[in-house]
Amino acid sequence: MANDPIKQFRIEPIVPVEIGGLDLSFTNSSLFMVATVVGASAFLIASTSGRGLVPGRWQSAAEMTYEFVAQTLRDSAGNDGMRFFPFVFSLFMFILVANLWGMIPYFFTVTSHIIITAVLAMAVILTVVFFGFWKHGLGFLKLFVPSGVPGVLLPFIVVIEVLSFLSRPISLSIRLFANMLAGHITLKVFAGFVVSLGSLGVVGVIGAILPVLAIIALTALEFLVAALQAYVFAILTSLYLNDALHPSH
Amino acid sequence: MSDRDTKDHGRDADDPELSQRLQALEQRLSESRADAEGAPDQPPRQGTALALRLAADFVAGVVLGAALGWGFDRLFGTSPFGLMVFLLLGFAAGVLSVVRTAGLVKPGPAGPDDIGDRL
Repeated sequence: MANDPIKQFRIEPIVPVEIGGLDLSFTNSSLFMVATVVGASAFLIASTSGRGLVPGRWQSAAEMTYEFVAQTLRDSAGNDGMRFFPFVFSLFMFILVANLWGMIPYFFTVTSHIIITAVLAMAVILTVVFFGFWKHGLGFLKLFVPSGVPGVLLPFIVVIEVLSFLSRPISLSIRLFANMLAGHITLKVFAGFVVSLGSLGVVGVIGAILPVLAIIALTALEFLVAALQAYVFAILTSLYLNDALHPSH
Repeated sequence: MSDRDTKDHGRDADDPELSQRLQALEQRLSESRADAEGAPDQPPRQGTALALRLAADFVAGVVLGAALGWGFDRLFGTSPFGLMVFLLLGFAAGVLSVVRTAGLVKPGPAGPDDIGDRL
């Protein structure tokens, strides 16, 4: 089928590599991950290389990105949260640039695969767990024990708190992946409507105006979602890091 | 004496206009201040984004409960009781995350008094 809405997410090896029975091929996904890293680095390095006291247009954009993420992190994790700034900023830039690359037609959207978002979410939650135990020792476990709960209910509440904590990486990864997948499938389905309606003759072509308008609106929405999801991922990361920094509140 | 009188008189005549202008300036300043304060709060309050966050939080809890229950049953051969218990616990954890995301209780552990204040 020519306009299969799922085909855009197929992973195809570009340079087949196999080491010890493991398929380590360089795929289209790998290619766009490289493109994402190169794109983000090029944007930041090129825009800040001038080091103007009065920033130009590009330097101003880079500075705004920096200030935005720094403000987000400071608001949710306090000033000692700034030690995680490189981590949060890298996550934000990777997701943002990967989402924006995906908006270009025929390009692959890296973040539409749950394995990518799951790895990012695991990186976040493992950082929280390891840093929490390293900084506070067993005091980190206070995170799971609410104060003022009657003794009979305590084991029950603790189990629910632990499960709620463990479900964070899942919701973190599902949110990003589902948003990108659903958005791109919707765009493709509406584009399919245009093609099938267009083949029906004059009435069909007039009828196809409606899905075209829908695609224009959806494309704008997708740009919003691309930026918004990167922001949501960054702010949730900051909130979780806050738990690692101040477990007892 | 008469000189001062006329001076005072002159200032009084100016005053209504000046105070009017000051008032107008004050109003414009407070409006732009309100705009500047309101603006940064906009993105997280997007309706769709919040709805998707809530949905993902809830689904994650249930999925985690189901996965843990299934794994528990496979390890200890207690099928189907592990799945039943963990699914319910996961459900509760999902509801807890959703209520927290919606801002109805304090983020993180909170005493009953704090919860009462927020509700």
